[in-house]
Order: sequence, then C-alpha cells, then structure tokens
Amino acid sequence: MKKSVLLGTIAAVGVLAGAASAGTLDDVKANGVLKCGVSTGLVGFAAPDANGVWGGFDVTFCRAVAAAVLGDSDAVEFVPTTGKTRFTALASGEIDLLARNTTWTFSRDVDLKFTFVGVNYYDGQGFMVRKDLGVTSATELDGATVCIQTGTTTELNLADYFRANGMSYEPVPIETNAEAQQQYLSGACDVYTTDASGLAATRATFEDADAHTLLPEIISKEPLGPLVRHGDDQWGDIARWTLNALITAEELGVTQANLAEMAAGTSNPEINRLMGTEGSLGEMIGLDAEWAQRVIGVAGNYGEVFEANIGESTAIGLSRGLNAQWTQGGLIYSPPFR
Amino acid sequence: MSDQFYVRTEMLEEQPAPLGQTGILKWSRENLFSSIPNSIMTIVSVVVVAFLLWEFIPWAWQDSWNASSRRECLDSTEITGACWGVITERFNQLMFGFYPHELQWRVLLCFVLLIAAIAPVLFDKLPREMLWFSAIYPFFGYWLLWGGSLWGPIVVIAGFVLGYLVMRLLSQTLGGLAAMILAVLTPLIWWLFFAGAAADILHGIMPVGIEAVKSSKFGGLSLSLIIGIAGIAISFPLGIVLALGRQSDMFIVKTLSVGYIEFIRGVPLITLLFVASVLLNYFMPKGTNFDIILRVVIMVTLFSAAYMAEVIRGGLAALPTGQYEAADALGLDYWQSMQLIIMPQALKISIPGIVGTFIGLFKDTTLVSIIGLLDPIGLTTAIRGDSAWNGIVWELYIFIALMFWVFTFSMSRYSMYLENKLKTTH
Repeated sequence: MKKSVLLGTIAAVGVLAGAASAGTLDDVKANGVLKCGVSTGLVGFAAPDANGVWGGFDVTFCRAVAAAVLGDSDAVEFVPTTGKTRFTALASGEIDLLARNTTWTFSRDVDLKFTFVGVNYYDGQGFMVRKDLGVTSATELDGATVCIQTGTTTELNLADYFRANGMSYEPVPIETNAEAQQQYLSGACDVYTTDASGLAATRATFEDADAHTLLPEIISKEPLGPLVRHGDDQWGDIARWTLNALITAEELGVTQANLAEMAAGTSNPEINRLMGTEGSLGEMIGLDAEWAQRVIGVAGNYGEVFEANIGESTAIGLSRGLNAQWTQGGLIYSPPFR
Repeated sequence: MSDQFYVRTEMLEEQPAPLGQTGILKWSRENLFSSIPNSIMTIVSVVVVAFLLWEFIPWAWQDSWNASSRRECLDSTEITGACWGVITERFNQLMFGFYPHELQWRVLLCFVLLIAAIAPVLFDKLPREMLWFSAIYPFFGYWLLWGGSLWGPIVVIAGFVLGYLVMRLLSQTLGGLAAMILAVLTPLIWWLFFAGAAADILHGIMPVGIEAVKSSKFGGLSLSLIIGIAGIAISFPLGIVLALGRQSDMFIVKTLSVGYIEFIRGVPLITLLFVASVLLNYFMPKGTNFDIILRVVIMVTLFSAAYMAEVIRGGLAALPTGQYEAADALGLDYWQSMQLIIMPQALKISIPGIVGTFIGLFKDTTLVSIIGLLDPIGLTTAIRGDSAWNGIVWELYIFIALMFWVFTFSMSRYSMYLENKLKTTH
C-alpha cells in the first residue's frame, strides 16, 4: 500500500516535470501571463507606482514581450528579485525572463547557463564628487575615501583602477544605494562610485544637485540586458527580436504616433517586413504577423522608451551617449529584419 | 484639684506635609536626585532627550502631507523638514501591498475576524463556544485572503474530521497507538490524493467562491502580519511538543527533538529564508509552483518553534520534581498530568520568554525583503524606485517603525496583563 503511494507520487512528479519542460513559449501561452523578473525598485528602470502598476525602462521590455506573445502588455506578472535571488529565480523556472539591469559577463553567460538576448543599456562605472573639492578627473583621487557597495563588480573594478593608476583609497563599505546617498551627503566619503546611470539618478535627488559633479572617467564596461535560460532557443529568439524590433523601429523612424500609418504599408520593404505586411517573419518566429506592431504599440520604439523613462526630459536626465543609434555615433545596433 | 491639664485633650490640627516631602518634589528627590551620580545621570539624560526632541520635532512637524514628490518638498520654502507626502500617497500600498483595491475589504475583514478568533484564546471570561470559531478561522481566513473556491478549505477541514473519526472509531478495537498512527495517515492520504479531485467535483456541482488573489499581490504590513501571525500560531504548539519531546524518556523521540532544536538554532533565519526562496526551487520539478508565502511561513515557523521549545523547556525545568511526583501519585497518565498539572505551571513561568520570542518572530518577518518579497521594508526600496520619491529615507522608516511598535507594544502589554492575572503569590 505505502509503496504504491510512493510510486504514485514519483510518477505524478515525473508527469509534472515532463509537462513543464515543453517550450517556454507554450508555457507562457498556456498560463496566459508572462512571469518577468524585475528589480525590487530602481529609479527609471523598474518601480511600482502608487496603484501598484509597474513602470520603467526594464519593465517596458517585459510588457513588449508580453504584447508580442500574448497580445496584451498587461499580461505580465512582475516578480521582484534582488541581486541575490535573480539568477536562481530564472534558472528554476520561477520566471520566464529576467529584465533587471543585469551586466552581461562571460561567467553569467557560460557558467550560469543563461542566454543574454542583447544589450538594452550600455552602462559603466563612474565617480561622483562634490564640486568644491576641485577634482576634475578620477586620476586626482589619490588618497580619497570612497563609498562603495560591497559584494558587487564595482568593488573589484575600483580596486583594479586605483592599482593600475598607482593610487590609494580608503573604502567605506555600504549595502544599498539609499545608504550610500546618506553616507555621501553626510560627508563620510569624498567620492561615491557605482554605475553612471545610478549616479545620475542619485544626483537628481539631491537638494542642491549642482554642487555635485560626475567625473568624466568611466572605468568599466557594464552592458545591461535581458536574459533567458539556456536551452530554449525559440524563446530566446522571441526575446532577442523583441528588443531588435524596438531598436529597428527607431532606426527606421517608426514611432507610436505613426504606427498605424506605417502598418498600412510603405514604400520601404524593411518597414513592411517589420510590420508584417510583407514576408512571413512572424510565422518563422512562431508568432503572428503583427507581433512587432504590438511591441512598438506598448510604448513606442527604443528611443521613445528611453526618453520616457530615463532620458533627458525625466528627473534622471541621462543623455543617449553610448546608447544612441549606431547612425548617431552610439552602440545601439540591430541586425536587419530580413 | 484645679483645671490644669498636662495632657492634651484635643488632637492637633493636621498639617500638610512639608513641601519637600510631597508630590513631585519628593518623587524627584527620591528617584532622580537621590545621590550625586544619580543627579548627574538625570541631568545628562534630560539634556540628551531635550536635544533630540529639539531637533526632531521641528523636522517632523511639517505641513507636507499633500506633497506629491520629494522635489516639491525640497523646492518649497515652507517645508524645511520631513516630506510626509510619501506616506499619504503610499499609505494603501504600505498596508496592503498590491492587493486589488476593490478586494481590500477582505483583508480588513480577515483581521477583524482574527480579533474575534483569538479573543476567546486570550481572555478566559468569554464563552467557550467561541473556540469553535477559532478552530475554523485559519481555513476561513486563508480563503478570505487568497480567494478561490470555498470547497478548497472545506475538503481540508474534512481531512481533520476524517482523522478524528478514525481515532474515535478505531481506538477501541485497535488500541491507542495503532489508532493514532492511522488517524495521522488517513488525512494525509486524503489531502495528497483525493482532496484536490473532491474539491473540483464539488465546485463543479455547486460553484461557491470569490475572486482568487495571487501571492505576488501580497505585500506591506498585511504580509508581515500574515507571516507573523501564522508563524506564532503554529510555532507555539510545535514548540510545546518539541519541549516535551526533549524531556521524554523515549530515546528516538528525545534524539529527534534535540537534533531538530540544535540544528535549527545553529542556522541563521536568513539562511532558512534563502533555502525557502532559492534552494527548494532546485529540488522541485520545473514549473511546480509552491507558493512563496507558504514556503516562508513554513521556514519562519520551523525556526521559531525551536526557540519556543527551549523557552518552554526552561519553564519545565523550573518546576520542582514534587509536582511531577504528585501528578503520578494521583494516578494521572502522562498526557493528563501534562495537561492538568505540568503545562499550566510551566507555561505561566515562561510567559515573558514566549512573548519575547513572538515579538522577535514578528520583527524578523522584515527579513523577507531580502528574498524579494515586498513587506514594508521591501516596499521602501520600491517606493524610492519611483523618481518622484527617490532619496526619501527617514519618513518611511519612521512610519514603519511606528506601525511595528503598535503591534509589539500591545503584545508586551498583554503579556504583563497575563502575568498579573496568573500571579498566585501574595
């Protein structure tokens, strides 16, 4: 009696496991909702508003994928993940997609067995100092006290940079960005270092933002992008080409405003292929022909999403810089839709 | 004989006590300035408290409740301190997390009913019949919070009824031990294999239910309360069992209890929470959705049960051996003597420790923010992620501290009431 119960349990678990190992696309369609891992709260990238509706640069990407796959940009279950839980959440299947300003590195890609589907933001580590310190370059920071988040790559980058330049520094270890703001403002450290986008967002919250300045040196490469699990290339393709559709739309001048007009058919064959009025790209990727229209319909093309969440018109005020289109001297570049 | 008297015939008028011996002067002389070191301490403390209030009150006393962003507070000339607008805007979120607005009455109702359910447990003057409501409350409360079909909690209750019936019917024929084992096994088999199907069939025949709410919608203070209250309610009986197990003469029971207690106490809570959120996912087949709140409640309960067991063991150890021997002499069996003689006294002794563990558990629930659950502390990060409120720190933490203080302080007052009521010394 007891043995058969045990066997029954194992069999049931096996069936469950079998059912779950079908493609992620089928799972998402069956659930009717995309489970997307985001940050627990990062200005401009992901945060819930007073009504609990998530918004931000990374969040919009989740919504775009949901629009492509499910036809509804609200069919997303946002799973807040911390720096410590994000990779397990993705590896264990708790989430289908991770869009949480995660740096694309060799070991994360190869050793942790994830597929980065592209880069949606090129970041790098920078320094912020008070203007009255009179420092204009990071090479003048010899002997400075530096506020630094522990256990992150920024800590290692900082050590490398100071060693390479033959300088010394005194670290002030801190745990969170909020703590760093307090420490820096109270004068516990001369310099605060983290990703340049984070520094800009932090500086924007200061009472007298003009009294602080970002030094021109960027000492590391932090390509941030969304990622999926290894082993499901179809799902990876959908995420990758959703991002590429947003980028290509900006390059080709497709915006939220002129989307209907463009979808009606144009003289540019690449726009037509993107919109699904020509060719069969949607069919190849396992979706319908209008998938890219819905992606752009969520919040416009890459440039519009950037502008609305972290661009110069927002409180964070990031300039495009490296994140301009390749035609504008930036690094944002999508393979052709063909 | 003359009319001269040497003894007073009338009482002297009562005089008020000298000024230095009454009222505030006497009190402060005895309590605040009784010696030179004491006087110095008093003056230093008064200066420190005055300084803190001097700094804090002007900062906190701001008419900033309607500010819509931190920038507005910074730019305003009238607001020079705290920016309370964030509390106004996010109050609902700090209380209910992302629970749908139109369903929040369910959470409120759940907590109101909770008061009704724990009242007969806390105060023995109330009619004992109310305990029946307390018994079904956990299932009803779960149903109110998570929603779904009403048949779910009913088939779970049916499992308990089943176990009780088995115990009742078979203890005569099979004997105590066998009946007890069967009484545990039958409900387990029912829950594992039949309950789900039964609930589906019953729901098919007569659909009764309310809108389901996913665990990801829970957050804020209500999440802390759910985890804290569930943890307290389950860890207390579990702790009693473990404490008794540790004192038991039976080798296996004793070894298991000691092993469990020592193992759990040797591991930090945050490690167990990481096991709940991270490791369990690896062990289970992909796609299995084992509710994260349930996982956390289980881990928090297991954790505090070990501490509870040691607190209660302290109470047991404080009882003189005579009490045990007296119980034996009366011819009571083990369970009777525990129930009637040992436990009431041991628990009374351990009340301060038990309540201390409860309060600790309730405050430890804020650790779940580290595994990405949005309890009040987790929400502070999320709120700062909104560019309107980025950089706001103290207002949120002060408000959260106040919310927690209300609950922990009432627990501590209740424990003092209980100690007074049960005091048998004269």
